[in-house]
Amino acid sequence: MAEARLPEVRLADETFLTDDFLRQLINVGEVDILVGVPTHNNAKTIGAIVEAIQAGILRFFPRQRAAIINADGGSRDGTPELIVKAAIDDARGRDSKPYTLRTLHSISTQYSSSPARGTALRTILSAAELLRAKACAVISPESTQITTDWLTTLLQPIYTEEFDLVLPTYCRHRSDGILLTNLLYPMTRALYGLTIREPYALDFAFSGRLGSQFLAQNAWHDDTAQAGSETQFTLAAIAGGYRIRQSFLGTKQHVERASADLVPAMRQTVGALFSSMEPSFSLWSTKTGSQPIPTTGAERECILAPLRVNRKRLREMFTTGIAELESVFQSILSPSTLAELQKIARPEEVRFRYSNELWVKTVYEFAAAFHKSVISRDHIIQALAPLFRGRAFTFLGENSNGSADDVEHNVEALCLEFERMKPYLLEKWNGGE
Amino acid sequence: MESEVIMREMIISELTQAMQELTRGFAHILPRIIVLVIIAFAGWVVAYFLKVFLRSILRLIKFDKLSESAGASALLTKAALPTATELLSRFAFWVAWLGFILLGVSVLGIFGLQEQIAKFFLFLPHLIVALCIMFFGLLAASFFSRAALLAAVNANLPSPRLLSVSVRSIIIIFVLSMVFEEVGVAEQTMLVAFGIAFGALMLGLAIAFGTGGKDLAQQFLEKRFGRGKKDEGKEDELSPL
Repeated sequence: MAEARLPEVRLADETFLTDDFLRQLINVGEVDILVGVPTHNNAKTIGAIVEAIQAGILRFFPRQRAAIINADGGSRDGTPELIVKAAIDDARGRDSKPYTLRTLHSISTQYSSSPARGTALRTILSAAELLRAKACAVISPESTQITTDWLTTLLQPIYTEEFDLVLPTYCRHRSDGILLTNLLYPMTRALYGLTIREPYALDFAFSGRLGSQFLAQNAWHDDTAQAGSETQFTLAAIAGGYRIRQSFLGTKQHVERASADLVPAMRQTVGALFSSMEPSFSLWSTKTGSQPIPTTGAERECILAPLRVNRKRLREMFTTGIAELESVFQSILSPSTLAELQKIARPEEVRFRYSNELWVKTVYEFAAAFHKSVISRDHIIQALAPLFRGRAFTFLGENSNGSADDVEHNVEALCLEFERMKPYLLEKWNGGE
Repeated sequence: MESEVIMREMIISELTQAMQELTRGFAHILPRIIVLVIIAFAGWVVAYFLKVFLRSILRLIKFDKLSESAGASALLTKAALPTATELLSRFAFWVAWLGFILLGVSVLGIFGLQEQIAKFFLFLPHLIVALCIMFFGLLAASFFSRAALLAAVNANLPSPRLLSVSVRSIIIIFVLSMVFEEVGVAEQTMLVAFGIAFGALMLGLAIAFGTGGKDLAQQFLEKRFGRGKKDEGKEDELSPL
């Protein structure tokens, strides 16, 4: 049956998927539910995650045709094999594996010998399009806190309520996700008028039509366009006017990262956000204020447990950045903003405070400089990293002893500042042209 | 008396002959001078339009911006020179006009000059290539030195500016040696000078890294091969996302 219908299916890119992977997809036919798992050497954690996915599908979607698709970036620790094991054939299911009404397919493909998030997402989207999946979820291989409920929380709004994108909200430690709370969330909110807490989501769900539209519109052959594809996906859904909602997934596990991870993280998120502003200028330039979007569960919960944070080092790196990168900042920032930054960076400045207003001005001037390509765009993103450290220093100081409500209040105040100063962004954006 | 008459006739004859030769020579050179003036005038018109055209194109492609990011604009400002667009337009004007003038001069048929003019025209492509190498070299030096500076600041390495200046210096030395080789000025000297400067720089960096930065090298190698303390290099338990 499925084979007979396949010629109607439009191949996203005939040269992209491997023959073997295509053959496996043809054997699957069509599915209702698809769960994509991008991996690279995740053998330590992937077993539990795939188990939870499998249990979630069997529990909440027992009658639906389902498949797990693994897009692997050249693992050498047996990760793909662990995922493929999750397949359940209904003939064998009664003996050693959980009983299922339908075959649960689990397929793995290696898209490259090195990991690339954009290509992994593209592989999953292509598979979803070929299998004509109605609802798809992407689960991060680092989400060890996953429960079976995640599957219904993410997929049910797509499958039954016709939403197009379900983004997560988490319970985080107050010191975690500072780039999200201090830049991505408030700026996305100010630009597009939607209170999306996690514009950069690694666990999310989407409809088949949104997946196909993003697959068709994105410049996949451009390496730079592939950076931050998750952020781009969210922004494409906003720009396309798709139905978006948020679902609470529980506690976000704290992941320790090396300081070198900040710049790649900024490329994937801030770079993608700044890049998206050009094609959607007509949309965001007319928006004022913001509206809440439908949310299941808490929008944001906070863990207040004490955490050792070396704020001194953050300030030092900010001060060094201001001193060493003056020539770079002269190309990006206005003289007044640079002077204010130099003033707060002075060592004799005992009460260091990177105020909301100054931070918003900084970010907006960076966005405008990115738009005008005053220097290499990648260098603009890299130059923002030391300033972000200064802002993180202030944010941590302001919220070190506060309650969850205080943290939320401070984040809300910053969001309102981003919204209030939006005309400044437009002025800088259009200035000099 | 007779000898005086003969002498006078000889003088008159010589003078007449000289005058005739002068007149012939003048008659011979005058049309060529007129042609030279016409060619020079036509050349001026062509060069002027070339300047205007080039200036418009450079403004259209925002060449000044490119020159600014290459660091060339800063050099020009320091030397009290006009903008890169204006400078390049003027350069094109003078090269074109000079080319026409030399073409006109060659019409005069002055012995030895034609060879020099031919040499000039053969040298012109080398000069243009050398200027291109210089410009793109400065662009590359600016880009890579800034990349090194940003990477060093974000990695919290000591003396980021020194690293950046070193990168810029190496590239500029390399570019200058290429430029001199292209224009054929002191090729051997430049080659030797480049070899000595580059070798000295590398040796200096190696010694500096090996002695002054042995702790840094140890940290780097431990981090690189995974035998260092796991806590080092952490973002103070902060996760930006």
